[in-house]
Formats: sequence, structure tokens, C-alpha cells
Amino acid sequence: MTTTTQQPKAPSNGTPSRAARVLADRRLPVLVTAGLFLVMYAIGLSRYQNYGFAETQVFLNLFIDNSYLLVAAVGATFVILSGGIDLSVGSVIGFTTMLTAWLVEKQGLPLVIVIPIALGVGAFGGYLMGYVIQNFEIQPFIVTLAGLFLFRGLCLVISKESISITDSSVSSMAQAQVSVGGGFLSIGAIVSLVVLAAAFYVLHYTRFGRRVYAIGGNEQSALLMGLPQGGTKIAVYTMSGFCSALAGLLFTLYIQSGDPLHATGLELDAIAAVVIGGTLLTGGSGYVVGTLFGVLVLGLIKSLIQFEGTLSSWWTKIATGVLLCAFILIQRTMTARRKT
Amino acid sequence: MAEPLPVLEMTGIVKEFPGVRALSGVDFRLFPGEIHALLGENGAGKSTLIKVLTGVYSLDGGTVTLNGTSVRFHSPSQAQQAGISTVYQEVNLCPNLSVAENIFIGREPTRFGRIQWKRLRREAAELVDRLGLDIDVEAPLSSYPLAVQQLVAIVRSVGTGDADGQGAGTKVLILDEPTSSLDRDEVLELFALMRRLKGEGVAILFVSHFLDQIYEVCDRMTVLRNGTLVGEHMVRDLDQVGLVQLMIGKALDQLEELHDHQLHADVGESLLKADGVGRTGGIAPFDLEIKKGEVIGLAGLLGSGRTELARLLFGADQPDTGKVTIGGKQVSMSAPNDAIAAGVAFCSENRKTEGLVPDLTVRENIILALQATRGWTRPIPVAQRDELVAKYIKALDIRPANPEARVGQLSGGNQQKVLLARWLITRPKLLILDEPTRGIDIGAKAEIQKLVVSLSEEGMAVLYIAAELEEVLRLSHTIGVLRDRKLVAQLANGPEITPTRILETIASGEHQ
Amino acid sequence: MTTTPRWRTLTRHHLFWPVAVLVVLLLVNVPFTPDFFSIKMTDGHLYGSLVSIVLFGSPLILVAVGMTLVIATGGIDLSVGAVVAITGALTCSYISDQADQDALSGVLLAMGIGLVAAVVCGLWNGFLVARMGIQPIIATLIIMVAGRGVAQLITDGQIITVNSEPYKLIGGGYWLTLPFSIFVVAAVVAVTVALTRRTALGLLVESVGGNAEASRLVGIRSRRIKIMVYVFCALCAGIAGLMISSNTSAADGNNAGLWIELDAILAVVIGGTSLLGGRFSIGGTVVGALVIQTLTTTIYTIGVPTQTNLVFKAAVVIIVCLMQSPKFRAKVFGGGRLGGRFGGKRGDRSTATPADTAATPETVRTMEVS
Repeated sequence: MTTTTQQPKAPSNGTPSRAARVLADRRLPVLVTAGLFLVMYAIGLSRYQNYGFAETQVFLNLFIDNSYLLVAAVGATFVILSGGIDLSVGSVIGFTTMLTAWLVEKQGLPLVIVIPIALGVGAFGGYLMGYVIQNFEIQPFIVTLAGLFLFRGLCLVISKESISITDSSVSSMAQAQVSVGGGFLSIGAIVSLVVLAAAFYVLHYTRFGRRVYAIGGNEQSALLMGLPQGGTKIAVYTMSGFCSALAGLLFTLYIQSGDPLHATGLELDAIAAVVIGGTLLTGGSGYVVGTLFGVLVLGLIKSLIQFEGTLSSWWTKIATGVLLCAFILIQRTMTARRKT
Repeated sequence: MAEPLPVLEMTGIVKEFPGVRALSGVDFRLFPGEIHALLGENGAGKSTLIKVLTGVYSLDGGTVTLNGTSVRFHSPSQAQQAGISTVYQEVNLCPNLSVAENIFIGREPTRFGRIQWKRLRREAAELVDRLGLDIDVEAPLSSYPLAVQQLVAIVRSVGTGDADGQGAGTKVLILDEPTSSLDRDEVLELFALMRRLKGEGVAILFVSHFLDQIYEVCDRMTVLRNGTLVGEHMVRDLDQVGLVQLMIGKALDQLEELHDHQLHADVGESLLKADGVGRTGGIAPFDLEIKKGEVIGLAGLLGSGRTELARLLFGADQPDTGKVTIGGKQVSMSAPNDAIAAGVAFCSENRKTEGLVPDLTVRENIILALQATRGWTRPIPVAQRDELVAKYIKALDIRPANPEARVGQLSGGNQQKVLLARWLITRPKLLILDEPTRGIDIGAKAEIQKLVVSLSEEGMAVLYIAAELEEVLRLSHTIGVLRDRKLVAQLANGPEITPTRILETIASGEHQ
Repeated sequence: MTTTPRWRTLTRHHLFWPVAVLVVLLLVNVPFTPDFFSIKMTDGHLYGSLVSIVLFGSPLILVAVGMTLVIATGGIDLSVGAVVAITGALTCSYISDQADQDALSGVLLAMGIGLVAAVVCGLWNGFLVARMGIQPIIATLIIMVAGRGVAQLITDGQIITVNSEPYKLIGGGYWLTLPFSIFVVAAVVAVTVALTRRTALGLLVESVGGNAEASRLVGIRSRRIKIMVYVFCALCAGIAGLMISSNTSAADGNNAGLWIELDAILAVVIGGTSLLGGRFSIGGTVVGALVIQTLTTTIYTIGVPTQTNLVFKAAVVIIVCLMQSPKFRAKVFGGGRLGGRFGGKRGDRSTATPADTAATPETVRTMEVS
């Protein structure tokens, strides 16, 4: 309905210029990361085309080899979007590998029972951390640090030794292949993509997802706007715990053993993937799709270094650090501009 | 014309805090389709009344009637559901989300739990359009200036209940100082929106420190003082002088009695000169000269730009325009360091957030400013430090007289004295005191005023800000009058300067 | 037990609880190892559980002392573990390239190179935090991730072993019957205390961490101070790196100083320094680091599987943090008496009069990290 009194419209200086709009667009960082991925992939193609880099399977392997990282990073995306941080990711993954291996091998439980137990334990751990963070107002950093210690310690309590899994159902599941185009994907890769799609739906099409963004944008405001944020925060950490446990299961499948030292420091990779994927570490801005590209970029660095042959594995860490630094500085300049 | 029934009626409202009665028996009514100003100086009870109304605070006595039924809210969201929405001075929205989402978050239209984005955007656009605003609802909120964000906040609060197709929407809209950081055009746009909402029958409660704005847009006003109701008037029935009197309180003749000029110390040569110093959103450019030994008092209502002026002279905020010269040398004012080096000291009105370091001891808080000028490598020798601290604890009668006490545990008056001591040991040439007597007991108040007089006699210049007119009058050689973020007059104190004269200047904004 | 005023003053002292925990932990050992407190002299060297606790705890004490100052400014430094690795790697690789590894000048130069690298890391962290305004936890994450890669790059992925007598001294040698590292720690702690309490640095650090805006308004140059504390923290980590690599006569880019940042933060928190910044206590941190080391030793001596060490640590973190959380105290102790001891920071706000709170817009203290 249009009223006849359309008098004082907002002055035109209220509307931002086109250039400013493009720069302030929250999708920009994701596009930058996607572009970076393409450029890196193109470099790989031109340098190693004689070594089979162009094969579809090399590309699909990125998904297979990093499926667990993707799932963990999706969980971390939720936490970081809400303005928190979760340092317990790697430990929960390590603990899940141990728990799974122990239950399957030493207790002889079937996988159908073990999987829900493992997921439940991870989610419960996340819930506890979220509960403490929310109700006692302790910084997420320190609470999840305690989680890191606790789960790594529980790994060692189960066993100091690595437990290899010989169960046939596990190995058959691990070796199952689903052909896609000119190659195949593992079950783990499929699961990780499903998790990604689900996360995207939750973040963008449910009220819960929007609350996560709102809390990350401005917690005080979210409270004053009447959003039930307490539950949201706890749910976010529960979700991260669940994702970590699921990532742990995928890791177990990928490596077919449980080891108390599995996935040490993986939380850093997950956080790095989220940041490189364009999510603001201060919360409130970012996309899980960006996280996918972040994971792919990290995975691609690894494969490029493998193909290069002469480069050693530690370049992965250095390259990750440099990328992390670059993206943090980009984020910083973007947020600085937004404020002025 | 018979008055319609009020949409909201509060009677005999009482709210107590430990040791303080913030509201004692306040009555307040609000009619549909009116803009109603709530006025009062700092601590008069405006914020408390609003917080009681919106369920932030619980009620200790009295009744609230909304649309004829008695209500009692326990949280802001309950009040919101009942149709009472509040928009605060700081925009409480999420800058990272789109305008449309900000309008609807928490009550997005969903279908089987899935947010219907198209419908959400369409409804937001319709709502914005209906209210006569030109805002792209898909743009992120942060891409708009603060003024537009403010408007979006109003749109959000007005849109309450719309999404589910039920609920009559907002009946009462509370605007708590929405205009303090807007420029003139933005204020006009806000007023247009307010008038449109008024036309739709919304009752608006408007809090503002700008008198002109109240006379421009409001129909009725309620004045509070010290937690009690002073009066409810139609805006057209009360002129500005009358209003200022109501707000400040004491009858004029009473003020005259208090007004005795104690201060006749000679002022010396020029110390500080400000030429066209100003800051957008802070205070309009002003010229000011301060002489040695002079006390300049700033008079004006809360939010008239008193603090803003002081902060610019200290470099706490950076001026956009103009230049400051101190002792003949231009000072850049890019940070407080520059001003401090030139001999300026500043006691902020916010003791807790901008003054004290509550964890540190009295001694540490006192020597902090002096130590900062010396840098970390040159600590004040222990003996000299203890002597200085002891001297000032004694001179200012800080209690407990224990330099080891944590400053956070002291009373307000003693905390203020600690801040004074902190700056006095730096031997400043100009001491800026922003509301040094607020929230402290009467004895400490008198001591601080006496101190100002003796400092001025020793040749220190003082810029003194206080809400109480008589305080300013009693102490100052010169009185700067502020109104609506402008320094409108500088009056040399003398027998002909009376509280009436200052009140008139504040009310009219004209230099007679 | 009567609560005499003296007893109360004692419990109020900021070191009381950390020391009490340490003493209890030490006493727990006695039933399991009756000669726990005895110190023997063999070959002119002192041996005993107490000596080894200090010896093995030395690197942690160093890192934690540096971390204390960073935390006091309201920051945090996650990169110390990586700095430990880089310093050890650089120093060891330089020494191993020498023809004569025992040459004192070569060893000193190598150590100098290592420490310069540490300082560079600290400057980088300080630059990001103070100049660029990036949250400390994020800024220091960069070196935490990349630093290990750099360390492995230096060592070429190998574990570099050195065979240098002078270098061995710092982390594994003895001097005047005691492990030399104890002297290094004592020196660093003494220098830190002197630097913070004999100059005005400590006061300014506490002021910046306690109230950043008030500090700006009294003219403290907080950027300079922040850069300094990050450099100092990295330097301490560097010395710890020398000590660790010297003790094992080897540099391991991957595992040297792994998780030491977490232990250090824990030590600082146990020592009574609030993660929100402000008041700090070097003595408390030293005791805190000793508590962590004693915990490890105790778990070992009482025969609980060593791997539960981490579970205990997690419990300690949670308990300490819960005790510091005003909300938890309010829930459990009903606004409890512990308020005086565990940072009354938030408590101060509740004493504000209504008029005061109305005047100041809710400025909720938020921590710079996270």
C-alpha cells in the first residue's frame, strides 16, 4: 500500500555507494578464498600436469583426505560465528578414535551401537562446556582448554597404546567407494558433504541459525532484542562437540585405528580453515561454504607439496600460518572500514 | 474536546534501591496518538521509570495499567509482547545482519521451521515503505549510518507482532535519547517518522536533552525531579524558562539567596585559547579563552555539550576543527598525552569507567598520572612517593587514610578525592573537573568546592562543570552557557549575573 | 581452630591459596615416598624430589613468568610453544654447524641468535596486538601455527643433536651443587621482579590491564607497554627453549615446548592473576608453575597411571575458573565470603548507586581474548 504522503524520503547520502557495497559485502571473503583455491589449482595443473594432477581423482581425494577436517571445521564455524572458540576439537576427535577402537576391539560391540555412543559422548562433552560458558560466564577459551586436557587425558586413560581396528564391518565401510564422475568418493567424504549441506540449511533457514549470527554480531543487542541466547550458546557448543565426535568417527574410518595422539592440534587446522574461509573470528559474519573452501585450500596445499616432492611437509604449517595471517589482516582492514 | 482514555497509566510508582528511593509515588499517563516528553536532570528518575515500565526493574509499589487492564512485566520481552517497545540511544541491533532480518529476527515467518526469506524481505520492504523510509532492506545494517540504524530500530519495534499476522503491533513506543548523535537532517527524518507513527495512533514517550526538539515535536510533557513528579503540562502551555525552572528545581528567589560571590581573586594572563574547536556529533565549534587563576564554570542541561567541550580541551576526543594554544604554543590534541604535557588535567564524570583503576590501591591510583608523564623507566622514588601520597591523603582528607586500600572499595566522595589528588600532584596549569560533586555526600561536596577556590587563588585555572547552577555561580569568574551542543554565551560573573539570567540564557539560547 | 586476625590476614594474602595447594600436593607424596623431602649429595650434586621438581619445572616457570605480564595487560600469548621450538632449533643448528662445538664464543653466539629470533616473534605479536588492534588470541595464533613449521624448516625436519659441553650447562648442568637451570630461573625471576617493581612498569601494566580507558586518559602510552610485554614474554620463552634443547642436547621442531602455552596460562591463573588483566603476581605464577610440575610428579609417585595427569589438569582448570567466576560463587556460596580473595572485579559494579549506573551506559568489561 502506498500512502500519498511520501514526503521526506531518506536523503541519498544514507544509501551507500556501489563500490562501498561491494567491499562491505559479506560474501567477498568467500569469493576471495574460492578464487585463491582456483588459482592454486590452476598452478597445480600447469606445474604437475605430467604427473597426473589433472585426474579427477586427485581433486576428489581432497574431499576424501580432508573429510574429517571438514566436519570438525563446520562445527568450529558454528562456534566462531557465535563469537566463541572451541579448543577441544582435536582432543574430542582423538578421544572418539580411542573410544570407538576400544569399544569395537576390546568390548566387541557392533558398530551400530558404538556410533551413537561416540556421537552422544562428544555432544554431551560439548553440552557441558557450553553450560559452563553460559551459566558461569567463564571465557570459552579457558573452558574449552579444560576440555582439551580432559579429553586428551581420557584418551590415555582408555589406553596408552594405539589400538588398531581389525573389525571387518569397519574395514568394509572404510573401503566402500561411491563412484562420482570420473572417480570415486569415500563414505567419509559423502558424510562430510551431507554435514556441510545440513549446516548450511540450519544456519540460513532456521531461527536457531540466525540467532547464532545475531549473538556473534552483538551479544548485548541479541539479548535486548529478546532472543533466547542462553540456549543458543549451549546448543552451539553441543553442536561443535557432536561434529568433533563425528569427525573422530570419520578419522577412525580413515586411519582404522584409535590412538591417544591422533588429531593433536587439529583444532588449529579447523580454526585456520574457518578463518581462511572468510569467517570473522570475532563472530557474526561468514558462511559454511567458505569453510569448505578453507578446508580445500589447506588440503590443496598438502597435495601441492606432495606433488612438488622436493618440499617438505612442514611447509604446510608455514603456508597455513602465512594464509592465516593474510586473512586476519584482510578481516581487520575490512572491519576497520565498516566502523568508520 | 474530551480527552480520550490513556493507553498507559502509571500511578503511585515506587522503586527503591538499597539506600536510595529512586521513584517515590510517580504518576504518569500516555495517550494514544501523542508524543510525550519525559524530562528531568540526571538522577531525576527518568531511566528508572522507563526501566520499571519495560520490566527491566521490578516494581516496589504502584500500578501500571495498559489499555484499561492492570499489568506487571517481569522482562523486556514480556513488555514487548504487550505492545511496549523501547529504542535506546545506542542502537541495539545486529550490524552484521541485513536490515530485513534485523526487523524480523526472533519472529521470522517460517513454514515447517524453514524461514521464508522471500516473504520476510517482502514484508520488511512493505513495512519500511509504509513508514515512508527509503531503505534497501537487503543491505547489511552496518552499511547504513547510525541515524538510519536508529530508524530501523524503530521500524523493528513498531513491527512487533506483524509477522504472525496477529497482535496489534506496538501501542507504546519509548524513544530513549534517540537524537543525541544525529545531525539536523537526520533528526528531521526521525521526527517525520515519529509524526507518522503518531498519526497511526501510536503513543510515543520521547526522552531528549534538546529543548528545541521537545518544543518542535512533542505535545505533552512530564517533568521529574529527585524521583518525584513535578508536573505534567501541555507543551504549548509552558515556555522554556518555566520548563528549565521546573527541571532544575529550586524556586528562583531561593537560588538568589545562595548566590554570594565568594570569589574575587584576580585572574592572570591568558593560559589557554581555543579557536573554532569543534567535533561533529560532539559540540559545535567554539572559541574560549582561559586565564591563569580563573575558574570557568560551564552551565547547561545534561547533554548540552558540557562534557564534550571538556573532552576536546583534553584531547580525550580529537577535535575535527580549530586549534588549541596553551601558553602561546599550539597543542595538537591528538591524544591526552599532548594536553597533559601542556599542563592540562581532566577528572572525568565517569569515575568508575574513565577514572579509577579499581584493582589498584589508593597510592597507585594517586601516582598514576605523574608516573605516566615520567615514563616507566623513571619510577618516583619511594620516599618521595609516600610523602606525596601522604600529603594529599591528608590535605584532601581521604578516608580511610590508608594508601594500601583498594580504591574500588572507597566511597564515591573519597574516590573523587583520589582522582583529584592524582591530578593535583602533577601540578597542572588547567584542571578540568567534570561533575566532581555528583553522587557524593554534602560534606565532601563542600570540601571539593573549597579546594577549587584555593587552587584558583594559587593561580591554577579550573574548568568546572556541574549540574547545579548555584555551584557554578558560586565558584566561577566566568560562566560558559551551553545549549544543544553549542557554547551560546560566556558571561563574566558579577552581581548582575543571577540564576534567572543563566536560566534565561539556557532556555533561549541567546546571548543578551 | 580459632580464626584469629593473624590467621585471617594470612588467608587473605594473595599467595596463600597457591602455596597451600602446593604444600598439600607435596605432602600427598610422603606416604608413598617416605624420603620425599630428603635431599642427597652425590658426586657433589644435590639430588632429591624437590630438586627435580624445580629442575623439570624450570622451562615452565620461565614461560609462565613472561605470560603473566601479557595476561596482566588483558592479553594472551599462544605462540610461546612455537617460540620455544624456534629458539631451540636455531641455536642447536648453529652449534651443530660449528667445527668445535665446545667453543664458548660459538655457543654464546648461537644462543644470541636464538634469542634474537624470539624477540622478533615477540615484536611481531606486539605489532599485531598494539598497532593493528587484533585480538591477542588471534594475533598470536599465527605464530603458534606457522612457528612450528619454521622450527622444522630450520632443523630440516630432523632432530638435531649437539654435543657441546658449555651448552649442556644451561639445561642439564650443575653449578654449586645445584642444577644450573635453577640459577637461570632465579635470575630471570629476579630480573622480572626488579623490572616490574623497581621501575614503574608493573604499575603501568596493571593500570592498562585494569582499566584501559582510564589509562589512556592519564596519558599512559599503552601501545609501547603492550609491545614490551609481548617481547618480554617471547624472550622468556626463548630462554626456556634454550633450556629444553640444552637439557636433551637436541632440538625437536615438532615436540619441543608442545602445549607449554596451555600449562603456562594455567600456572598464571593458579597463581592468582586474573585472565581479565590487572593485578598480577610473579610469585604466584612461580608457585603456580611449581604446582603443575608437582602434580605431574605426584601422579607419577603415587602410582596413578601418568596418563591421568591431563585429567587432573582439566579438573584444576575447571575448579580454579569456577572459583573465579562471580556467577558460580553467587550460586554456590550465595554471594559468598570468598569475594575478597578471588578478584572482586565484578563485585565492584554492584556497589554502584542506581544514579551512577543510570548515568554510565552499561560498559560491561569484556576481555580482549576470545
